[in-house]
Amino acid sequence: MEALDRIFIRIGEAFSTFLAQYLPAPVVTVIGMFLSAIIISTFAALTFMLLTWLERKFVGRMQDRIGPNRVGPFGLLQPIADAIKMFTKELITPAGAHKVVYNLAPILVVAPSLMIFAVIPFGRDMVAADLDVGVLYLIALSSATEVAILMAGWASRNKFSLLGAMRAVAQMLSYEVPLVLILLTLVLMAGSMRLTDLVAVQGVPFAFLQPVAFVIFIVAAAAELNRTPFDIPEAESELVAGYHTEYGGMKFGLFMMAEFIAAFGMAALVTTVFLGGWRPWLIPLPSWLWFLIKTYLVLFVFIWFRGTFPRLRIDQLQAFCWKFLVPVTLLNVIVTGVVVTFVPLVRNGEVVVRGIGGWATVTVVYFAVNVVFALVVAWLYRRPTLQAVQQIQVGQPAGRGLSREVQTA
Amino acid sequence: MGLVQNTIKWLLGRDMPDDVAHIEQERQRRIEQMLIPTWEEGEKGPRMLLNMGPQHPSTHGVLRLFLELDGETVVRVEPDIGYLHTGIEKTFEHKKYEQGVTLTPRLDYLSNMFNTWCFCMAVEKLLEIEIPPRAEYARVILGELQRIASHLVWLGTHALDIGALSVFLYCFREREMILDIFEMVSGARMMASYFRPGGLAWDLPNGFEEAVTNFIELFPERVDNYERLLTDNPIWKERTQGVGVIDTETALSLSVTGPILRATGLAWDLRKTMPYSVYPEFEFDVPVGSRGDVYDRYRVRVQEMRESVRIVRQALEKLPGGPFRVDNHKVAPPPKEEIYLSMEALIHHFKLWTEGMRVPAGEAYAWVESPRGEMGFYVVSDGSARPYRVHMRAPSFANLQAMPHMAEGSLVADLIAIIASLDPVLGEIDR
Repeated sequence: MEALDRIFIRIGEAFSTFLAQYLPAPVVTVIGMFLSAIIISTFAALTFMLLTWLERKFVGRMQDRIGPNRVGPFGLLQPIADAIKMFTKELITPAGAHKVVYNLAPILVVAPSLMIFAVIPFGRDMVAADLDVGVLYLIALSSATEVAILMAGWASRNKFSLLGAMRAVAQMLSYEVPLVLILLTLVLMAGSMRLTDLVAVQGVPFAFLQPVAFVIFIVAAAAELNRTPFDIPEAESELVAGYHTEYGGMKFGLFMMAEFIAAFGMAALVTTVFLGGWRPWLIPLPSWLWFLIKTYLVLFVFIWFRGTFPRLRIDQLQAFCWKFLVPVTLLNVIVTGVVVTFVPLVRNGEVVVRGIGGWATVTVVYFAVNVVFALVVAWLYRRPTLQAVQQIQVGQPAGRGLSREVQTA
Repeated sequence: MGLVQNTIKWLLGRDMPDDVAHIEQERQRRIEQMLIPTWEEGEKGPRMLLNMGPQHPSTHGVLRLFLELDGETVVRVEPDIGYLHTGIEKTFEHKKYEQGVTLTPRLDYLSNMFNTWCFCMAVEKLLEIEIPPRAEYARVILGELQRIASHLVWLGTHALDIGALSVFLYCFREREMILDIFEMVSGARMMASYFRPGGLAWDLPNGFEEAVTNFIELFPERVDNYERLLTDNPIWKERTQGVGVIDTETALSLSVTGPILRATGLAWDLRKTMPYSVYPEFEFDVPVGSRGDVYDRYRVRVQEMRESVRIVRQALEKLPGGPFRVDNHKVAPPPKEEIYLSMEALIHHFKLWTEGMRVPAGEAYAWVESPRGEMGFYVVSDGSARPYRVHMRAPSFANLQAMPHMAEGSLVADLIAIIASLDPVLGEIDR
């Protein structure tokens, strides 16, 4: 088990020692970094392929369909067929488009998504760059996507694209606020912005300590990723395809890639900060395997949303964010700040909670505070105008002269 | 000026007539207005002129909307129709009555049974014949199944437009069962042409009753499933309640009919108010809404599906035996076996298939309550085997008039919900 858990690290070490026999140490380090970057990027691309297949298969099952099943076993090679199709398509730049910006946008949209993978701890000691501002780095990256989206929408010179891009930027900017506020809460608890530290603190997953924040985070993450029920920027029934209406071939593929990799990145973030990252739950499996299991569970929830929910309207979406999520998360920061003062998890960078008893106490305290908090929020936001289901009556058949009566009325 | 004009000049060898030239000029002007990304100066800044459709995922066919947007708010909306013009009304004049039957399903292709039914009723009024009860009951059963099928397409696309993907596939799964029944009786899934003036094309097949019973046993539960996904869903309610409101007076003055009118609270259902066929013999309710918004239209239509199941169940119980078309051989062909034995039968058969039925001179208007509202056929006969004029009152056409009234001042997303709730079928609008 131990060997399996550290298998990737062992392979890396063995490779480094092998190289060190022939090359000076700094060169080996550079090569090692370069190789891990390549491996992680490849992993991202493979994840993208697997995700497209998973989404189509899951949604298909939810909709009483089979989903892709022609190419390869269970349709597993479908993404490869799609990739070949996209690569062989002609790359078109529309006549009215701004050429440079139009062609730059798909590249800029993928790059930040790929960069997310650098800081995610995939397993015990398995992180490419253990930044001490990891959380900040992730937030910055998800904001960077917005620029690319606005570029795509503007440069296409298509009104649907422009509308979609404006919607996307407005939505993503808004939903970053509750997202950041929740991460702030967790950083308060962990006392560090380093993602590995956040994992190390979670003797009990933060999802149990902060259930309200967890639910809100999932919702805000769905909005940040433009996924149902917040897929307003690319609402195909309204805006055709939103900001990537004018893109075809692999340029479109890059947008899809960015979207799916961002989805994986966000699910990985949820796993890291809420579900205990790579820490095994009960069953002792390799840490990286646990990490993937949890991440795919979160992704499954996102796909499940897609099979179930209708889409919100842009103003309702904004109202939900600014009138509900932002105040609630802000309150949560204050409440958590008070609780952390009295029941700290970390002091001077050391986890102070010890033993099962200690963790049980902490869990009970935080959970109770959250329940009270949730009840208060529910009371504050009770809607006197909650729209009841409009009842359908049985009409008395209108007489033939009724139209005249209505006219005179 | 344009390709069209040049083509006409080349074809005719002379200039286009002035009135046509004027239309073409106007068309060019509007095309230019829409093709160039124009921004009009409004009171609160520039306004975007957006051309939605005819190729757009949710304009339900080839409806084209010319929108003036202030941000995302719809300031003005102008429906532009005619992209599916087939000239069916004119074609009727060149077809025998029997041939005309096959044109009718192409009008409102989602409720083709109703078109055929209505046309047949108009012809039967001119012929002054009563069709046998078995044919009437079969028409009611198939008609109500068609209503369910049509409402299923509406519900599926409506949910799809608002973003609920799964409902679409569930609806089409059930619609498939109805189409299978249609295939069973007529051989065609959509363009059935199963009703003929004087009755049915042929008798109901064996196994028809079992197939229909299967469906109506299964279906109410499935409707519950759709409702579980949508009716109480907060997002669905947010998107539909208070959107696209229209009141009874306005609806009547725009000659809106069908579920849209009933959603405003007026129980105007031709099956009750101006009964035709054997509808007075069935027990069913007319669901009405109260606010006349998109949500009410949704509730009314869903409830109508349940009522249709009720009617089908009663009609199936009462389905009589006997002949399936009139015994008048000037209208309906004699049975095949008689042709080999009887001289008259052979002559009738020959005359009917070569000359067609002769319909007495006069005019008649027949109506049915189609899934979209009052559908009417106005047939004028000059006594020959071909109608002199056929006009159709298309419910979608009248209902579409109410769209600008409902949509102006709302958001683009609401506009999509409103179009879907109108349930327009362009085949019927453009004819």
